[in-house]
Amino acid sequence: MEVLIESIKKVALLIPVPLFETLYMVLASTLFSVILGLPLGIITAISEEGHIWERRGLNRILNGLVNITRSFPFIILMIAVFPLTKLIVGKRIGTTAAIVPLTIAAIPFVARLVETAIKEISPGIIEAALSMGADIKQIIFRVLIPEALPSIASGITLTIINLIGYSAMAGAIGGGGLGNLAIRYGYQGFQEDVMIGTVIVLILMVQIIQSIGSRIYNKLVK
Amino acid sequence: MIKIEGLYKTFWGNEGDVEALKNINLRIEKGDIFGIMGLSGAGKSTLIRCINRLEEPTKGRIYIDGKDITKLDKNELRDMRRNIGMIFQHFNLLSRKNCRENIAFPLKIMKYDKNKIEKRVDELLEIVDLKDKKTAYPSQLSGGQKQRVAIARALATNPKILLCDEATSALDPNTTLSILELLKNINKKLGITIVMITHQMEVIKQVCNKVAVISDGSIIEEGNTYEVFSKPSHKVTKSFIQDVSLNLDKSYMDNPDNTTIIRITFLDEKAKEPLIYKTIKKFDIEINILSGKMSSIQERTYGNLVVGLRGDEKKVEEAIDYLKNQGIIVEELKLNGSIN
Repeated sequence: MEVLIESIKKVALLIPVPLFETLYMVLASTLFSVILGLPLGIITAISEEGHIWERRGLNRILNGLVNITRSFPFIILMIAVFPLTKLIVGKRIGTTAAIVPLTIAAIPFVARLVETAIKEISPGIIEAALSMGADIKQIIFRVLIPEALPSIASGITLTIINLIGYSAMAGAIGGGGLGNLAIRYGYQGFQEDVMIGTVIVLILMVQIIQSIGSRIYNKLVK
Repeated sequence: MIKIEGLYKTFWGNEGDVEALKNINLRIEKGDIFGIMGLSGAGKSTLIRCINRLEEPTKGRIYIDGKDITKLDKNELRDMRRNIGMIFQHFNLLSRKNCRENIAFPLKIMKYDKNKIEKRVDELLEIVDLKDKKTAYPSQLSGGQKQRVAIARALATNPKILLCDEATSALDPNTTLSILELLKNINKKLGITIVMITHQMEVIKQVCNKVAVISDGSIIEEGNTYEVFSKPSHKVTKSFIQDVSLNLDKSYMDNPDNTTIIRITFLDEKAKEPLIYKTIKKFDIEINILSGKMSSIQERTYGNLVVGLRGDEKKVEEAIDYLKNQGIIVEELKLNGSIN
């Protein structure tokens, strides 16, 4: 019993800073990946053959880019973008530096989710808007985005959860956060209690995010 | 007025080209409720979509109020579309917007001012009789109510033309009637020209004053609805109309080989005369009624009767001649129901 209390105390002291780092990495990279992935996903969807802004060449290029980025294992992507990270953040390793590869990994993921969400909208609804004389901009902002919003919201929830996993990997090579804590204390320092504590915190985090995400989705669906 | 001249539409596909429309010529007058009837795949959907250029014609001209709309550029096209409302089989409402917002949608696109939109939406809800559903979302409405919202939305910008793409095909018969009633009223009150495509003959009979029958990409018959339906000349039209008519079987009659079978079509007042009785009395032959149906098109009656005549061969012939002279349509049938 005493051992358990000791362990809890120890973990409670160790957790806050890495927890904050993880949240910081995940939320910042989610924000950036949505800002960049949303338009990419929309353009990919509407440039497809038969959609409202058919551009076959562009569509092929964007699809290729998304596929290439998505096929990189994250750990390799992280190393591959070191030069870019250095350029943007000034250093290659660290919590802030980890945001760059995390964002790059998440952009194609978000783009695909948005693209799928938009392509799921019934073509009839788009046709109706066209028949009313809507232009492309109006269709994007007044039809496509609002109609796809619930799916996009659940996609973002999924992105956040994926990024929590990725951020642990970033932690392993010096990005800080919960991943770093688990590896340094738990794996390298043989402190199983820290490992278990970290895992419990991660599970709670994912649960909370998923339930918030589901609630938002339900609010958005009419 | 809509005038379509020499309209062609070809779809180029990997598995060969499809000529969806071949040399379509139509004239739809202001105030008409014009029905375009055809089986699925006949090209009716493509045709109605050419009128607001949701489908680009391959060749031909479409004039709306004298203006050739096939020549409009993108901006002019958008303006033109705002003068043409359209409703659809599956309503196509925005699922995340309530009735009010859905109806306001075309007005917002045209950047109307807020108060004006509010007022117009209330007027429209009144027209389609949905005032109590103002804040309901499409998922909370029945099919008929959704179509009413769609009609209100299509009318929002005061269009001169309303295109209906299978607008009642997803509705049950009673709801179909109420929607057709609504369309009729709109046509009468607002003087709006309605073009509707459908595969349901009943729909055309109910509301259309004119009809064109399309088959395999061509118009095969066209005219006043009553004329076309009571005296169909093309076999596709006939198959539409005489759907009830018969798979006559030999077992219908005790002595089929001695029987001449005819189909009699009565129009208007003729439908009320006791012609069968008169014929029996006059020629002393047996007349056996095999099938019959009375219907009305645009509030005019027409009847269809299939009878078997038996008796002295000469008398039967005379009887048929007599009937033919009574201003009714008489066709001899073979036993399998096809026309001689």
